[in-house]
Amino acid sequence: MLYAILCYHDEDTVGSWSKEQDAAVMTKLAVVQDRLAKQGRLGPVARLLPTTAATTLRKDDPPVVIDGPYAETKEQLLGFYVVDCKNLDEALDVARDLAAVNPGGAYEIRPVGVLNPGSIPT
Amino acid sequence: MTDAAWIDAALTSARPQAVGALLRYFRDLDTAEEAFQNACLRALKNWPQNGPPRDPAAWLIMVGRNVAIDDIRRSRKQQPLPDDEAISDLDDAEERLAERLDGSHYRDDILRLLFICCHPELPATQQIALALRVVSGLTVKQIARAFIVSEAAMEQRITRAKARVAGAEVPFETPGAVERSERLAAVAAMIYLIFNEGYSASGDTAEIRKPLCEEAIRLARLLLRLFQAEPEIMGLTALLLLQHARSAARFDAEGAVILLDDQDRSLWNQTMIAEGLALIDKAMRHRQSGPYQVQAAIAALHARAERPEDTDWTQIDLLYGALEVMQPSPVVTLNRAVAVSKVRGAEAALQMIEPLASRLSNYFHFFGVRGAFLMQLGRNEEARIAFDRAIALANTSAEAAHIRMHLDRLKRDSAPRDVKAGK
Repeated sequence: MLYAILCYHDEDTVGSWSKEQDAAVMTKLAVVQDRLAKQGRLGPVARLLPTTAATTLRKDDPPVVIDGPYAETKEQLLGFYVVDCKNLDEALDVARDLAAVNPGGAYEIRPVGVLNPGSIPT
Repeated sequence: MTDAAWIDAALTSARPQAVGALLRYFRDLDTAEEAFQNACLRALKNWPQNGPPRDPAAWLIMVGRNVAIDDIRRSRKQQPLPDDEAISDLDDAEERLAERLDGSHYRDDILRLLFICCHPELPATQQIALALRVVSGLTVKQIARAFIVSEAAMEQRITRAKARVAGAEVPFETPGAVERSERLAAVAAMIYLIFNEGYSASGDTAEIRKPLCEEAIRLARLLLRLFQAEPEIMGLTALLLLQHARSAARFDAEGAVILLDDQDRSLWNQTMIAEGLALIDKAMRHRQSGPYQVQAAIAALHARAERPEDTDWTQIDLLYGALEVMQPSPVVTLNRAVAVSKVRGAEAALQMIEPLASRLSNYFHFFGVRGAFLMQLGRNEEARIAFDRAIALANTSAEAAHIRMHLDRLKRDSAPRDVKAGK
């Protein structure tokens, strides 16, 4: 069974970490990740850019683009995509294509800062 | 999260919201700061034992407010509030307070806190010092270090700034739309000043002053999180990120400036560049251009170029042209001339900056740029005169060192002629 582990934290606090504190956390996390990777159990790992860089597509008819992250609490996170796009407009086009065949809810479009594609044998 | 450094980060991140709310409550900056300080002391004692609260800002506001009220009552010899033990049990109260801290409220609290630091009567250096002290919570010692002045001098500067702010009308009513956007513009300008104070450092002090750039970025992100649909705040944040992304490549080991063309681009911070580019993408969707967005777009064109020769100078020239219309200034024209020199040659660029001579007669970069154009045209003697003037006007040792490098090159180029002249 594959599990997704979704990371939540107070962005203000993480943003207030010194570079050394941030690096220390990342180093410790890398140890845990390496252990999983060696066992062939680590899939993709991403560190997302701050929510200030996010845009949300609300899947109304027609879809509405809103600045900022998805902030409602009445829907739940059900899945995610990682897509390679030239810019935000291209990413929004992809999201609109998805929205067209799966209306309702919203997509938050957030640039990925660091991506480790991982390697789970299929 | 019991380690002091981690608590420190939590206190720093909660500070703008907590001090902002306490300021609204007490309507006095000193009281608000002191209340926050007292709350922090209690946090340092309480959090390692009881664990950090779920909402540190709400905890700090509540405790800070109670302690301050207690102090006021005690000084009036009235009934004291319950003691520490009772206050530290905050579960219910914290929740109720957190409810009252609805989004729009604390948005204006933070904006107000930032805004009072931008009082128009305060000179720029005092605005920055005050913001770093009050909003960012840097110690006087840290700020003095970043400004490279004595602690006593900085203490005096901040005290003076506070006195002026205290004497001024602080606007406590919730701002209307126009007023809010005016405040936002003033605060954005102040954040940009903080950044520049760090960015314009010379090589030998760049490391010391880097925290100013980082703090400015943190404040810009904070502002953007509060005002998510403001394209100019996106532009400002992008601009700071894209400029700061180059920081590791801007100085050589001796502290001399390395110009953009000569920087090792592999040292540029790609994560910051990615964030900056993403913000520009967001801003552009609003089709509501502004000076920060244009400057960010220029920085983005540099960031996108893998090698200097890949730089889209034509586009940069156009963007500077747009900036000249929005924000006419001889300095903008001077920057545009650099782009023009790449697109249409040094002669055209030189013609463009000649009319600026009288207005920029005391401006280091004018003579540095003029000298460079003249040198490209082989007018070495005139170039030497321009460079000499630039050195006399240099603000930092790094700037002077950079010009000296040009002068050395000129001397090398003209040396054979000296030999021929029988020297």
